Amino acid sequence: MKELICITCPRGCHLKVDDDLNVTGNFCPRGAMYAKAELTHPVRTLTSTVKINSKVADRLPVKSARPLPKELIFKAMEEINKVTMNAPISIGDVVIKNIFDTGIDIVATKDILK
Amino acid sequence: MINRDLVIVGGGSAGMSAALEAYSLGVKDILILEKNDYLGGILNQCIHNGFGLQEFKEELTGPEFMTRFSKAVNEKGIEYRLNTNVINISKDKVVSYSNSEEGFVEIKAKAIILTTGCYERNSGAIQIPGDRPSGVYTAGQAQLYLNIYGQLVGKRVFILGSGDIGLIMARRMTLEGAKVLGVAELNSYSAGLNRNIVQCLQDFDIPLYLSHTVKEIVGPKGHIEKIVLAKVDDHFNFIPGSEIEFEVDALLLSVGLVPNVDLISRLGIPFSKTRGAVVTEHMETEIEGLFTSGNVLHVHDLVDYVVSEAREAAKGAYLYLNNKLSHKGHMYKVSPKDGVNYVVPQKIYIDDAEDKLIFKFRVAHPFKDINLVISEGDRVIKKIYKPAIIPSEMEIVKLDKSLFNKENENIFVYVEERK
Ligand SMILES: Cc1cc2nc3c(=O)[nH]c(=O)nc-3n(C[C@H](O)[C@H](O)[C@H](O)COP(=O)(O)OP(=O)(O)OC[C@H]3O[C@@H](n4cnc5c(N)ncnc54)[C@H](O)[C@@H]3O)c2cc1C
Ligand code: SF4
Repeated sequence: MKELICITCPRGCHLKVDDDLNVTGNFCPRGAMYAKAELTHPVRTLTSTVKINSKVADRLPVKSARPLPKELIFKAMEEINKVTMNAPISIGDVVIKNIFDTGIDIVATKDILK
Repeated sequence: MINRDLVIVGGGSAGMSAALEAYSLGVKDILILEKNDYLGGILNQCIHNGFGLQEFKEELTGPEFMTRFSKAVNEKGIEYRLNTNVINISKDKVVSYSNSEEGFVEIKAKAIILTTGCYERNSGAIQIPGDRPSGVYTAGQAQLYLNIYGQLVGKRVFILGSGDIGLIMARRMTLEGAKVLGVAELNSYSAGLNRNIVQCLQDFDIPLYLSHTVKEIVGPKGHIEKIVLAKVDDHFNFIPGSEIEFEVDALLLSVGLVPNVDLISRLGIPFSKTRGAVVTEHMETEIEGLFTSGNVLHVHDLVDYVVSEAREAAKGAYLYLNNKLSHKGHMYKVSPKDGVNYVVPQKIYIDDAEDKLIFKFRVAHPFKDINLVISEGDRVIKKIYKPAIIPSEMEIVKLDKSLFNKENENIFVYVEERK
């Protein structure tokens, strides 16, 4: 039996997971999905910023479009810190395509239009 | 003097959602006044994700969340002024502001919604002995420098206070290459959400020192060099011999948020334990037509709740502008009792109220296995079982107004131990 706190939403349910990956304590189905992923291949959404050439901003906030495998988080930060973008940028524009062949893009999370 | 139906002071998430709601109810003469050169308020610097699960059923970052609102404000053509600092609000609802284009302007507003957010408690507010060196920041300042300007305020960092912004910054600075040596919390429980303890501290093996605080700040040459951490007992007295020293180049404070009520603090209206104004079911202050919502009313941990509260205020402003708020009839006084720290709203004009009464409150300290009770006088109206409840998570209870029968002037919200 393992105890976990679901981090999927602010409710923060206390989950119990048995050896066969049966989950209890979750208020909604996402809790069970989280617990299974956490005990097999944990993932996290990464958010950060990259440099931008713009009249109005110094940094462009970005995120991984989907959660990345946890072990890639610091390596992904190294790649993110190499990037410089140029305005105009819109939410969802790809900043790094298919990072480490995960099929996941790093995308912009703010409109910086000039 | 210019006349306006509705003036909204502060263009953060509360201000924008109030404007949009009022607009959709039919109020068309709206003006938002915002001090920064952008809309969205604090969410601009909250680049992490976790916003909007209630509002949009999607997990968004702060900038993404606020952009949905600012786009809508622009699409609807709701008027706003940026770089515009509101200086005064008078009892007869004259709003004075200044900006570089118009200079000093006074507007006579029929209704006002105040949404000026909160500010962070700083080192002046908590009085740590020792030197007064540079290198001590609030967590929100460090967040601003890093996420907006790309500057890391330190490489060896300690964080005092386990509020969510501190936890979020522990992760953020670690990702940017800083060593976060620990987070200390005076209480025996965290002030932040459990999910942030897991994903911001445990993920990065950052220790959380509960029942600990900074006893001394050392920085004789003008910049912080060291902090001395010590454990406290149940009465918050230092335990001798428990001191631990950390060499640091920055100390972040995440020791609480306070409603930014500067503009209404001298109007002579009553304030509540939240340090925001006493309000009615429609978030209306003692001055009729002056509404307030969001962090300026009480500090919220979730922007989704800020948005829904701002809509309640907007509904109030709409009703007020159409002479549909009577401020008459049976009035309930809503008060916290055993185990509950505060309740918003503090007054309910039941005849003016919407079909559902919404109670927002926080418990005074963590409880396990209790009932939350809402009563009219002694008559219990609703009991809600809670296996565990903590002060950092605001509770929201919605009850049909028909459950209340006007037999008593008091509504109480309290914690009941289960036998
Ligand atoms: C540092 C910080 C981090 C947070 N992180 C999270 C998080 O991760 N997740 C979450 O859900 N919630 C978070 N919150 C909670 C936050 O309370 C809400 O998310 C929400 O954004 C608050 O909205 P608001 O409109 O009440 O305040 P704000 O966003 O602060 O907006 C207030 C606005 O009023 C303007 N203003 C103030 N005074 C004046 C004046 N005199 N004249 C003109 N304009 C003025 C300000 O410039 C600002 O734009 C955080 C809060 C803070 C302070
Ligand atoms: S189980 Fe569902 S409700 Fe509970 S924390 Fe996870 S996502 Fe939120």
